[in-house]
Amino acid sequence: MSDHSNHAPAHADGHDHHDIASHIRTYLVVFGALLVGTVITVGMYYVHFESMAVTVAVALFIASIKAFLVAGYFMHLLSEKKVIYSMLAVTVVFFFALGTLTLWSSNDMPRNSEAKALYVP
Amino acid sequence: MSTATSTQHGTGHAHPAHEHHHEHHEPGFWQKYIFSTDHKMIGIQYGLTSLLFLFFGFMLMMCMRFQLAYPGKPIPVVGGLLEALLGEAAKGGVISADLYNSFGAMHGTIMVFLAIVPLAFGAFGNYVTPLQIGAPDMAFPRLNMASYHVFFWGGVLMLASFFVPGGAAKSGWTSYSPLATVAEFSRPFNGQTMWLIGMVLLITSSLLGAVNFITTIIQLRARGMTWMRLPFFVWAQFVTGFLLLLAFPPLEAAGILQLVDNLFHTSFFLPTGLVVSGQQLPVSGGGSPLLWQHLFWFLGHPEVYVLILPAMGVVSEIIANNTRKPLWGYKSMVYAAMSIGFLSFIVWAHHMYLTGMGTKVATFFQTTTMMISIPSVIILTALFISLWGGSIRFNTSMLFAVSFLPMFGIGGLTGLPLGFNASDIYLHDSYYVIGHFHYVVAPGTIFALFAGIYFWYPKMTGRYMNEVLGKIHFWGSLVGMNLVFAPMFIQGLRGMSRRMSDGGATYFGADDIALKLNTSITHAAALLAVAQIPFIINVFASIRSGRKVEGDNPWNATTLDWATPTPPPHGNFASEPVVYRGPYEYSAPNAQGGYISQDQKP
Amino acid sequence: MEIPYTYKPRPDTGLYNAKVGIWLFLASEIMLFGALFSSYILLRVTSPEGEWPLVERAWPHGLLNIPIGTFNTAVLITSSVTVVLAWAALKMNQFGKFRAYMLVTLACAFGFLGIKSYEYNEKFTHYELRLKDGQVHTGHIEVNGKHAGFWDFGSIYNLDRLGKEQVKEIAFTADPAKPKPGEKHAEGAAHEHKKMTVQVSDIQKLDAFILRNHTFFAIYFVVTALHGLHVLGGALVLGYFAFPGASMWRKNPEQFTNRIEVAGLFWHFVDLVWIFLFPVVYLL
Repeated sequence: MSDHSNHAPAHADGHDHHDIASHIRTYLVVFGALLVGTVITVGMYYVHFESMAVTVAVALFIASIKAFLVAGYFMHLLSEKKVIYSMLAVTVVFFFALGTLTLWSSNDMPRNSEAKALYVP
Repeated sequence: MSTATSTQHGTGHAHPAHEHHHEHHEPGFWQKYIFSTDHKMIGIQYGLTSLLFLFFGFMLMMCMRFQLAYPGKPIPVVGGLLEALLGEAAKGGVISADLYNSFGAMHGTIMVFLAIVPLAFGAFGNYVTPLQIGAPDMAFPRLNMASYHVFFWGGVLMLASFFVPGGAAKSGWTSYSPLATVAEFSRPFNGQTMWLIGMVLLITSSLLGAVNFITTIIQLRARGMTWMRLPFFVWAQFVTGFLLLLAFPPLEAAGILQLVDNLFHTSFFLPTGLVVSGQQLPVSGGGSPLLWQHLFWFLGHPEVYVLILPAMGVVSEIIANNTRKPLWGYKSMVYAAMSIGFLSFIVWAHHMYLTGMGTKVATFFQTTTMMISIPSVIILTALFISLWGGSIRFNTSMLFAVSFLPMFGIGGLTGLPLGFNASDIYLHDSYYVIGHFHYVVAPGTIFALFAGIYFWYPKMTGRYMNEVLGKIHFWGSLVGMNLVFAPMFIQGLRGMSRRMSDGGATYFGADDIALKLNTSITHAAALLAVAQIPFIINVFASIRSGRKVEGDNPWNATTLDWATPTPPPHGNFASEPVVYRGPYEYSAPNAQGGYISQDQKP
Repeated sequence: MEIPYTYKPRPDTGLYNAKVGIWLFLASEIMLFGALFSSYILLRVTSPEGEWPLVERAWPHGLLNIPIGTFNTAVLITSSVTVVLAWAALKMNQFGKFRAYMLVTLACAFGFLGIKSYEYNEKFTHYELRLKDGQVHTGHIEVNGKHAGFWDFGSIYNLDRLGKEQVKEIAFTADPAKPKPGEKHAEGAAHEHKKMTVQVSDIQKLDAFILRNHTFFAIYFVVTALHGLHVLGGALVLGYFAFPGASMWRKNPEQFTNRIEVAGLFWHFVDLVWIFLFPVVYLL
């Protein structure tokens, strides 16, 4: 890490032009993959699955792959520093805690059918 | 990495000294006091603003207490003023039930979001954290300024909401839907709307602050300041920063949704077929009132630790300094603070046992709730043991810090019955709850913050605060606080509900004893108010006439905040500090004065 | 003392300040959108079973314009790749290329917003009509012979307003029956646009596809509008760096490149949110 090279930013964190050129190829491949992913997502809409669970799972699976591509390559998360990984790990845990615990408690609600009948206006 | 240290060193001195001088023309009034980017000035701005809000919230409480003790009687002294300002709601100087509700909701909101959090996190965090880690400023000074200004305007909006038609928000500081939406349904722009916009601003301010604090602590620690050499105060701020960062956004989302409910009559939190005053509400329905509670308490519970962690940090600094001993179990305290931070995100639904919760979920939240009491007890125990065998200096700040321990202890222990749903079903929404959380926050956190003010005042101004006035303030506050809050446990156990404008006199449930206590609590609150007068005099008078400090380190402290000139100039340190040791090297046998400061070479 | 690591990385963390800051900010954004997604799921799973609009509060399917949504997704993805290419161009000292990519990004950003407002308008002029005899239709209305215009909030009607303006009857053009996902187009009469005159006294409910009409529209508009605000905010920042802010390139190229990286991270995040938003609100 050279500290005093004030001017060529390309050298500042160890990249050289060749390195960046190969990055650019990756970006373009990822771009293509994202477009294909979008087409597949939409295509799945016209395929009818029997259960809602499968539909949701398929859609979220494709979306997660796309998200992985954007985060991993465009946002350089695949080669990020430890501090950022730990911050995001904590965030992801709480993200899922919020969603799952909220849903769980609304599912685990004590219900009785009479009360439900009163619910309808 | 052999170049690591040299790089770090190099950047610190990247600009030659003469260049530095050029930028240092004396800033004008606006730049120096209003649009300052210096963390110390911003800390003082936060401090003064939040103390004003603390005072205002206290005054709201005094009005409410008077109403509870003497329902229907005009309020002495300020009654006329209230009528002049608020009109019909305070007719004849008597607080109407609606106004009582407004005062209640705003007392809670102001105390939590506009007084304690900004004082603990905004003021102390801003002033002390960069000094303690040996940084020249916060990582993003302009962001720091922005977060103060956003906070300020959020506060102004909250205050202005008293004067819109219908009055300020009156659905409790928790603003539960559907009440918060239907309370003024025909008037979309009402006090609740203002409350929500104000909250969105306050949350934004906290988020910017949290980003800034965490970045500062990660990036700007001085050379040699490793994680386990951080003073506990910094650790507490660090965890608090994460709590704010990750718990506040869901409330921001909830605030936006409720805002849309109020303004555009959507039904995010309004159930199907809601009937108000015998008429079905003209909304689509299909929403979930419980969703609001989940999102609110997802912040609401971590918020409790946002209030308490910085307080623990302040107390730890003061106890270590005044016992002249290292903190007992520093590492355990750090890990405990981290566990508190983590667990506080998964306990929130213990505020919702009465909303219709299944047994499995209730069991989960009871378990996590009991678990989170363990790290709190670890910290408290470590602080108690730290006192053992010390030759304690009982100055005012130490008195406040030491009394924090039992007061917070009472607050914490009375929380246990609320964490079990079987006992919570009886105690929920009673005065017992009020007693519990006020013990945590008022004689707990606020005492710690008072301690902090007495402790760091000499660094901020170069003068001590007056000890005699300080001790009057302390003893008056200690007695007052306990006389106010301890009887509330009795009231709650005897069945008195909270949020009743006449203290429950017209409702079934509370008995004579509970009602009679209302009067004595109000008198105690008056005593508490009187006890604050010496403090207010002390803060202002000591700026000019306090005793001058003898040196930069009047308390003989070890941490870096005392290694700066007094008061610290822009950029804080005369030269880049380097840290060689842990934060609490007191009782060192061979050292001069018995302590070794963190930047002293081995 | 000056603030260190404003653009040079700190040796032990390997990061400059702004990068830590932006990731922390994005963490809070994850929680913000996480809460909104949770709300969406909760509202949806607690809605009654059945097919909207036949069942009044059932969750609607396929109401949003999928081809346009798909195109908009592509637009946003394109803007995401051009931002990262702009950053790479700076890394290679090619300022001209940087600016060109930024221009494409900005064009995509405003294109996205333009398309989105067209979609919004489609909803503001589309109506749900319930008659007292139990008939349910969706379609477009004409009041006093006038259609609703583009972004003309004044032309949104509901039963209240018709009553206030003492409108006795409206013209209603019902939508053709929609094929269900996975089914072939139905043959026959259901295909046509049916224009009819409706007496206001026969109407039980009339409302456009706007927030107050249904929790689906409420959450759809709130989430996409919040996302749109992020797009707008990001576009303003990128626009600033592409033009007035670009003077920093000559003074401190490293810091400028960092700024583009940080702004780019925010931009990718906005794209990331959309990647989940699109299937969730349009397709599922």
